[in-house]
Amino acid sequence: MSKFERDDGINRRKVLECMTWVGTGVLWTISGGVPHSLGIMGEAAAQEAKGLTFLQISDSHVGFDKPANPNALGTLEEAIAKVNALPQKPAFMIHTGDISHLSLAAQFDDADRIISQSRLDVHYVPGEHDFLDPEQKFYRERYGRAAKGAGWYSFDANGVHFIGLVNVVDLKAGGLGNLGAEQLEWLETDLKGRSASAPIVVFAHIPLWTVYPEWGWGTDDGAQALTYLKRFGSVTVLNGHIHQVMQKVEGNVTFHTARSTAFPQPAPGAAPSPGPMKVPDDQLRKMLGIANVTFKQNEQRLAIIDTPLAG
Amino acid sequence: MMRRAIAAALLGAAVGAGLAGGVPVARAQSPAATISIDNFTFNPQKLTVKAGTTVTWTNKDDIPHGIGATNNAFARSQALDTDDSYSFTFTTPGSYQYFCYIHPHMTGTIVVEAATGSNASN
Repeated sequence: MSKFERDDGINRRKVLECMTWVGTGVLWTISGGVPHSLGIMGEAAAQEAKGLTFLQISDSHVGFDKPANPNALGTLEEAIAKVNALPQKPAFMIHTGDISHLSLAAQFDDADRIISQSRLDVHYVPGEHDFLDPEQKFYRERYGRAAKGAGWYSFDANGVHFIGLVNVVDLKAGGLGNLGAEQLEWLETDLKGRSASAPIVVFAHIPLWTVYPEWGWGTDDGAQALTYLKRFGSVTVLNGHIHQVMQKVEGNVTFHTARSTAFPQPAPGAAPSPGPMKVPDDQLRKMLGIANVTFKQNEQRLAIIDTPLAG
Repeated sequence: MMRRAIAAALLGAAVGAGLAGGVPVARAQSPAATISIDNFTFNPQKLTVKAGTTVTWTNKDDIPHGIGATNNAFARSQALDTDDSYSFTFTTPGSYQYFCYIHPHMTGTIVVEAATGSNASN
């Protein structure tokens, strides 16, 4: 239990939950490091103690059939089975992009057929692989009808404000992910007037923080977005794209990337390129997975549990 | 897949005619050059050709790539899956910067020099 870095007490049930996860060989971390002076939740709110659990899946790349995983649809199905087996039904799911591999209608259809078996509401943001159809219209037609621009939007759940951003369109030569002026302006407006005590969850495909620019793992204007989030006491940024778990805490902002359900990618700089990584068959499912995120009203930090498809 | 890529290349050349003075590939018995995409890199990264040369990119990676020119100076390819190719015939001298529109940190340059023979395009 040495990784259970919490200073705010663990009740017996929580311990048992954690032991359950540990028992299934789960790699998990819990965010930390929020300065006390930024303490945000009032006593009254603390006493409500209402919780919210939601899921993140990412990078399902339906249609991928190369040696790194000849059956990406099959492992997505395994991930959804994992979701359905959770003892507590999550409130909803977010998908942080690269639903399809090549933006073919059949690939989106297959993804929807499997993901809908979770019977959860799913809030999507696109990856760069979801805008590859010649007219770049399938994603917006299927998932972004109610969204702004290329597909950005926000919503509220249990007092948490969720913001889905798009950083995979209109990419510039030599650059990284891109939000663009119009979206940044929308974000600033969306946050204006909100109480700094409102917990914020931002989700987008490419990491909003700079993970490894040599491989394009970052967002050129991500720092600008983060300046709008600085005044909030609890900010959680959930991304995909890099097909591995990575976490960083900077002040009151926790950055986290989720595993793919399709294929692993190498650690930054550990291979000549970030392409799909072929691992021995018995290792593959240890490197694919889902993330379970829990927010409790009396805690400033969201607990993120990354669960591989197999221990 | 190849069939689609070739069709795209022909379309690309036709569309490109208005942009960079391209000509349809099918007719041309033009010189040819190839660029291989390996490990998220264009090989060679800088290619110098004579005007009228048909350049063909082939994706050798297990992940799709796409060819897009800075300022749309020549026609954009469809997404190229593994082993797919895209061709474009460059008839107008100049320096063409391009990148992968899926992984924009991948960049390359094609320098087109005036053809010296009597077959120089007009």
